[in-house]
Amino acid sequence: MRRQQAVAAWILALPFVALFLLFTAGPVLASLGMSFTDMRSTDVRGPLGVEFVGLQNYADLIGDPLFRKVTVNTLLYLLLGVPLTMAVALAVAVALNRITRLRGFFRVGYYLPVVTSIVAVSVVWKFLLRDRGGLLNVMLDWVGINGPGYLDSTTWALPSLVAMSVWRNFGTLMVVFLAGLQTVPREIIEAAEADGASAWGRFRYITLPMLRPTLLFGAVITSIGYLQFFEEAFVMTKGGPLDSTKSVTFFAYEQFGYGNYAYASAAAYLLFLAIVVLTFVQFRWLRDKD
Amino acid sequence: MTQTVEAPASLSDEPVRRKPPKRAGRSLSTPRWLYGVMAVGLIVVVIPFIWMVVSSFKPEGEVRAVPPTWWPENVTTENYRHLFTQLDFPRYFLNSAIVAVAVAAGNMVFCSMLGYALAKLDFPGKKVIFALVLGTLMVPGVVTFVPLFVLTTNIGLTNTLPGMILPFLAGPFGVFLMRQFVLSLPDELIQAARVDGAGELRIFFSIILPLCGPAVATLGVLTFLTSWNNFLWPLVVATSEDKYTLPVALALYAVGQNATKYGLLLAGSVVVVIPVLAVFLVLQRRIMQGIAMTGIK
Repeated sequence: MRRQQAVAAWILALPFVALFLLFTAGPVLASLGMSFTDMRSTDVRGPLGVEFVGLQNYADLIGDPLFRKVTVNTLLYLLLGVPLTMAVALAVAVALNRITRLRGFFRVGYYLPVVTSIVAVSVVWKFLLRDRGGLLNVMLDWVGINGPGYLDSTTWALPSLVAMSVWRNFGTLMVVFLAGLQTVPREIIEAAEADGASAWGRFRYITLPMLRPTLLFGAVITSIGYLQFFEEAFVMTKGGPLDSTKSVTFFAYEQFGYGNYAYASAAAYLLFLAIVVLTFVQFRWLRDKD
Repeated sequence: MTQTVEAPASLSDEPVRRKPPKRAGRSLSTPRWLYGVMAVGLIVVVIPFIWMVVSSFKPEGEVRAVPPTWWPENVTTENYRHLFTQLDFPRYFLNSAIVAVAVAAGNMVFCSMLGYALAKLDFPGKKVIFALVLGTLMVPGVVTFVPLFVLTTNIGLTNTLPGMILPFLAGPFGVFLMRQFVLSLPDELIQAARVDGAGELRIFFSIILPLCGPAVATLGVLTFLTSWNNFLWPLVVATSEDKYTLPVALALYAVGQNATKYGLLLAGSVVVVIPVLAVFLVLQRRIMQGIAMTGIK
């Protein structure tokens, strides 16, 4: 009986496990191994004939001014993007939770950007953010502001890409936060209101603490997303001007294109490490505050 | 949710001052202005889509006019005709559709099988499998694409549609969704079937799977959307134009020699975005539930 169950379970598990080992778990390990070698595109047919070089690739990365630049850029994406996305998502979720009519309609509307291809919306935003004739600058012109050429400026390009990402991504968190808000019991809020707590007080001392697990989850998935920033920069700025919008993923893709397979893997692994560390820290940090 | 008891206790420290509760409808009623703010916000959110669609029907010269025209002076479908006759967009569309349908179907089958085994069956290796799948939830695509490219090159899958499909057939996300759902089904159902003498595989295929309908459908829609929008791996593995998916083709046109043909690029964006928006609007209830479910549970 027990044995029968185990056999059946393995039959059910086998297709997934086989695909998973070959196309996910295997490459994750292979990538780590590759990062300690000198593998280049010319070794693609004989990947086992490469030289072991220890930590050379990692040392080279740390000394590479372009890698340092893309690391700073990626941190900027993270530090600007995560708080903004979460703030917008939370504000919209609270508002949605407050309204009684048309909630479904607004929720769907605000969610629309999430389902669309980043490549496609990047093309559209590139068009909207043009210096002359772009919709944003035309509108700013009405109020007498002479907007810059956002994507041609080393100062404005990165924040513009973040703005687009916030627009594209906040919907996911909005839905998650809204579901979280609906678990906050109405009686508590009403009791607090009866006791004279202000709207801000109710939000700050009841809603926010009760939402902590949901906020934590939101912070983690948003951070992982921003650390992998790529398509927006690929389409809108090609990483420019002067590498000011290049991210770590962009760097790894570019190195792959140059044939530096091992170097690209090392860069990707550092990014992976950053994701693991950041996730861990966020869990610790938000747990400790309980 | 453990704080439900604590919070009201600390708030009602002064029980005497407590006023009788107001009518709930009044105390938490919606201020009118909030609808106004929400409507303005919604307009800001959808403007890029409206502008995209409207501009795609302008002739190339008008698309780039300064100041822009709000409504096309000459409505034209020339951009779309260009996409579908001179460029190979029907091919890209077909590639995207084949890849997304195959990935969705694969995940629906394989993830529900493993999800059921993890949720309801006992077998050696169960914990290891679960930990492995859990561990790769955070792995970004950039970590695996180089070894995957080496692998596909050596087994002859580079620049093929199977090469785009296979690496995404078994996704960790689907396993979680399905495991979560199957856990909520009563054990008695399975016990009863066993008593009646049904084989383990039979129980899965004829009892469990039909009950998983809604969850499997949600998973299918979500993986379809993710695959349709997927970019990095198709960009790497498709080395000739006839294997491009829509996002790859659009991105390469947008940074290549067509970079200034805005009318064409916007029409291309419409072709990428509109089918997905349509699918979403039809199935939005299900999609929202899926996202809220994976977020909260």
